[in-house]
Formats: sequence, C-alpha cells, structure tokens
Amino acid sequence: MGLNLEVDRISKSYNGQAVLQECSFRFDSGRTYALQGPNGVGKSTFFRIAALLEPPDAGEVRYGDNGVALPHDLHLRRRITLLLPQTGVFNTSVFHNVAYGLKIRGRPAPEVEDRVNEVLGRVGLIHKRRQNGLDLSSGETKRLGLARALVIEPEVLLLDEPTANLDPKNAEIIEQIILNRKTAAKSTIVVVTHDLAQARRLGDYTLVMAHGQILPL
Amino acid sequence: MDSIINGFIGAGKLILTINPELFHIILLSVQVSGSALVIAALLGLPLGAALAWGRVPLRGLVISLMNTGMGLPPVVAGLFLYLFLSRSGPLGDLGLLYTPTAMVIVQTILALPIVVSLSHAAIVKVDPVIRQAAITLGATPLQEVLTVIREARYGIMAGVMAGLGRVMAEVGAVIIVGGNIAGYTRVMTTTIALETDKGDFELAIALGIILLLISFGINVGLRFFQRAGRVRSGIILWD
Repeated sequence: MGLNLEVDRISKSYNGQAVLQECSFRFDSGRTYALQGPNGVGKSTFFRIAALLEPPDAGEVRYGDNGVALPHDLHLRRRITLLLPQTGVFNTSVFHNVAYGLKIRGRPAPEVEDRVNEVLGRVGLIHKRRQNGLDLSSGETKRLGLARALVIEPEVLLLDEPTANLDPKNAEIIEQIILNRKTAAKSTIVVVTHDLAQARRLGDYTLVMAHGQILPL
Repeated sequence: MDSIINGFIGAGKLILTINPELFHIILLSVQVSGSALVIAALLGLPLGAALAWGRVPLRGLVISLMNTGMGLPPVVAGLFLYLFLSRSGPLGDLGLLYTPTAMVIVQTILALPIVVSLSHAAIVKVDPVIRQAAITLGATPLQEVLTVIREARYGIMAGVMAGLGRVMAEVGAVIIVGGNIAGYTRVMTTTIALETDKGDFELAIALGIILLLISFGINVGLRFFQRAGRVRSGIILWD
C-alpha cells in the first residue's frame, strides 16, 4: 500500500538563498501525486530531503508511523527510491544493473533472477538482459532506471522528470509503467513533470511548487 | 653478424630444451616481481581509493609524492634502500641486503606510486551519477565505495598492469640491493646485463626473448583493460 509521507515546515537554503520555506504537505499512502513547477524552484531539493539523502535546515520529515525520519536512516531509506533525471548506468549487463538493489539487500540468487526477469519483462527490456547497460538508447536507459527502482518494490517512489528528453513513444511507455504501478497501489508515488497533460494523466492529485511551498493546483 | 645468429640459435636451444638455469632465473623473476606487485596492489588500491574520496591527511602532498614517485629512477630507489639495509644503515641488523626480500621491497617501492596514482585517477574519473545511483538504490556507505571501485575496475587493472611492466623490466635497483648472486638473487634483467658484459649472448638473448614475450603479454593485457574501460557513450574513462 505504500507509506504515507509528511513534510512539516521544512526549510532549506543554499548560499543564503532560500529554496524551501516552511514547506508542509502530506502525501497519502498508495496515491500518486504529480508535482509541477519551473526549474530551480526546489523540486529536486525537496526530493533529496524526502529521500533522506540530505537533512532540511529546519522542519521534519515523517514516514508512516515511524516518527521523525532521520537523514541517512538506512532502514527507512531502503523503503524509498528516488529516480534521478540522469540514470547512472553501471558498466555491466542490463540484468546486473537491475539486480543491483536486490543484491545489496542480500536477496538470494533465485529470487533475484525471478524478480529481475519479471521487471525486465514489464519494462520491455527482457530481450536485452545480457546486453551492456551502456549500450542502450536514451529511452531504454530511462526504462532501465525505472526497472532498477521498481524491482526493489519501494513503498515510496520519487520520480524526478522520468520522461524528460524522450521521444513520444518512449515517454508513453514510461507513462504506462508508472500508471501500472499506480493502479497496483503498492507505492506512494510523487512524479515531477513539466507537462500539465501528463500530470493530469498520471496523478491522483496535481501539485505545484512555488515560493518554496507545495500547493494543490 | 655470426655472433648474433649463433646467439639466437643457442638461445632457441636453451628455451626448447627447458634449460634448468634459464627457468630458475625466470621463476625467481616472476616470484620477486609478482610478490612486489601483490604487496603494491594491497597497499596501493586502498590508498588510491582513500585519496579519491579525500579522506587522507595531507592529501595534496600525498598525491604529489605519488606522481613524483612514478618517475623515480630505479637506481635512486636502489641506492636509498641499499643505504638503509647496509650493515651500517638503520635497518642493517635485519640482514636483508642481497636477498630476494630486498629485491621485493625495492620493486614494491617502484610499483606502489604507479598503482596508487593510476587507481586514484581511475576512481576520480567515475561519473558522479554512478555514486548517486548507488545511494538512491539503498547502498550503504561501504557498498557505495565498492560500487564506484567496481566501475573503475578497468582503470585500476590497467594501473596494476603498468606497475607489473615497470618492475619486470627493472634492472638498476635489483642489482644494487640483490647483488646478482647466481642461483639466489639473479633475475632475468640482471642476468642479461651480466651475460652481455661477459660476451656470452646465448643466455642473454634467451632471457631477452622471454622478457619481450612477457612485456608483450603485459601490453596486450593493458590494452584489453584500456579498451574495456571505455564508456560507450563516447566519454573515455581510461585511455
């Protein structure tokens, strides 16, 4: 069902420039939120804080009933996955790229094999499982990144511009994968997109980030 | 011209008949250089990684020292180690001078800067998004480090191969601290120097051929790792 995520009056500044200003919002478990806003408004900063990769200057992040989430809390961090706009593809096969998240969690090899193949089938890359991940096209690389995130069954999925710079066909494939995940309601999903039509297609709710705050559209 | 032809014919016979003296020298060379390389890799890889992560005191100075060490003349390394290991030196009581151990130490000193510098360079060149990907997928700090090292593996292996190339071909330092004692510290390069002085070219040429083959093998290996390290998007991680 996913975890609910609540940010409570979080603030963050870089070099004296306020990016987030007492930003508060509650993301309900199993729902999908499309987040919009111009570049540089703080969406990526919000994602890094929500993914527990860096602490806010002030305010709190809470997941489920776990109380205040501490930055770098590994146990909690492993229930959240942030998909960055740039997919850092490892110089190994597509299979091993996708298997990475399971291997570092110490999953047994048969389970890894089954789950990776299943996810590769879902994103349409099963026929390329033995190919080096660096040889994929940009659209396939995005799908690889999504597969790597999905295989670990995250309870919170943060997607930072998953269809940026993609041709319409690949963007549609990625959208469909996200919609399937949304329908399964296994994750709380927050997806950043600049495309309002896409935001409406993907999200149960459309939000906008402005002046360091998250607001319903 | 006859002496060259006869030298090659004699060398061919020594190799084909598996001459015991020849193979003892080859074996000792491989043992000494192999041991030095293993030690240099065990010390150099963690140091190269630590330098890349910036967690070493006086990091800039250490990097400069290692880069300088890459060009360290072997005879100078041999001279200083000789002074340390000689009877009147600070480590004279250990009785290591003119032993294979002293040869391993000096070759380690020569290989270490190459392994450290090239490992450091290979790790630094790994795209930061690789590290970010590892973190966002739930890697622990140790797993994150290992992931980046794994991405730099071809560059690191090229560094190790370059270190092996240097120590296998080295003669000045091992002759100073090893003494070129027959059956004990005589290796391929020192034997070639000695036999050439004596005008006995058969053994020298035979060892020269073997050394060339080893160097060729090292270069093939180096080339393999350099090619494998290329990122297919066009960015070159290692060249």
